Amino acid sequence: MDGPFATAITLIATADSALVQIIGLSLRVTLSAVVIACAVGLPLGAALALARFRGRGAVIVLFNALMGLPPVVAGLLVYLLLSRSGPLGSLALLFTPTAMIIAQTVLILPIVVSLTRSVVEDLWGEYREQLTSLGASRWRAVPTLLWDGRVSLLTGVLAGFGRASAEVGAVLIVGGNIAGHTRTMTTAITLETSRGNLGLAVALGLILMALTLSLNAVAWGAGQWAKGRLG
Amino acid sequence: MSAGGILPLSLRGMGYAVGGTALLSDVTLDIPAGRRLIVMGPNGAGKSLFLRLCHGLIDPTSGTRKWATGAARPRAQAMVFQRPVLLRRTVAANIDYPLGLAGLARAERAAKVAQTLDRFGLRDMTDQPARLLSGGQQQRLALARAWAMDPEILFLDEPTSALDPSATRIIEEMVAQFADEGITIVMTTHNLGQARRLAQDVAFLHRGRLIEHRPADQFFAGPQTPEAQAFLAGDLVW
Repeated sequence: MDGPFATAITLIATADSALVQIIGLSLRVTLSAVVIACAVGLPLGAALALARFRGRGAVIVLFNALMGLPPVVAGLLVYLLLSRSGPLGSLALLFTPTAMIIAQTVLILPIVVSLTRSVVEDLWGEYREQLTSLGASRWRAVPTLLWDGRVSLLTGVLAGFGRASAEVGAVLIVGGNIAGHTRTMTTAITLETSRGNLGLAVALGLILMALTLSLNAVAWGAGQWAKGRLG
Repeated sequence: MSAGGILPLSLRGMGYAVGGTALLSDVTLDIPAGRRLIVMGPNGAGKSLFLRLCHGLIDPTSGTRKWATGAARPRAQAMVFQRPVLLRRTVAANIDYPLGLAGLARAERAAKVAQTLDRFGLRDMTDQPARLLSGGQQQRLALARAWAMDPEILFLDEPTSALDPSATRIIEEMVAQFADEGITIVMTTHNLGQARRLAQDVAFLHRGRLIEHRPADQFFAGPQTPEAQAFLAGDLVW
């Protein structure tokens, strides 16, 4: 008797090479997207928190709304951008891991920007007079506020990671789910389930859930540690 | 204070209004070097606002605020708030932070931080997270941080109103020591005993106006205005 769970456990226990390859690609794509989104989103969100300009409210609403952007729509936008006839078609990036990183960055960026804006804005309210008194200009305060908000910001970054690692629509459209090349955990689950190959699908599902669980455990632990350690 | 310092600070008809409502009006006052000025007055008289205007956290909407050097906001000043905002880092890093902003070289900063830690008995807390200190320790650190900035003038906005008597005593001693070193003190307080202990001069604010400014012994012996008389009498009643 060979149920899908038994098969899944065997695949995980023997570190099946196809399984390992898929997990490796998923992590590479999602982690790259998280790093890029943070590099852009943390300073951008902080700048949005401190800047005062016409249309600031509209920009904030836009980024908040983009947090709910359906992954398939993000995938479609990046597809249009990268397809042969699109503006960036000459780069031949469609159906590569790079295209998937771009699509996931588009998904995560609004989360990082919106959360950073909210955290830094609250912190600025508390720190403003003191930092000004100590001699910090509004722009010099940005790195200080990001650093002092690091624990809250970590939660947002992990939320972004969670969204990217769980979504299937965007990577499916721009990656194409090519075996050994652009097949991630989520696209593989979709495909293997429709093919009735439930063992691999369950194995990937278990690993995805274990990943989410451990990330949240780390986030919670970091928050608790920081509360005790940093005040 | 040496010649060429930022003092005196000259306020001429200084006022601050929000949406047509005057919160502080027509304050004309010179703050000379080396004095301890206590700013008194009932709640809402504009004491905190007065300090913030002097310190340059906000700009007056009428009248002028001029430092002797002509600088808009000279560096050689510091302020201690009622509730100090300490950064989420160690005690030493909190002292170092404004020194970095002032552009001091790394070695100079390290020496200043070490000197400050030793002077204020903070050495054994060097690597502790500042936010986990007690209220009294936090305010001590805030004063130490202000001192490390080498101010000619220090503004204090009710620095002891959230502290217990022993922490209050420590803060008062620190303020008195700073004054002995020649740092000009401008401080608000609700505590009349504290005002009597520390003041050389008193500025009495009432409803956004400066209605008395005299040497402390004269002020406490007999205020000229009925408002200040009532304020001091209130202390006796309570």
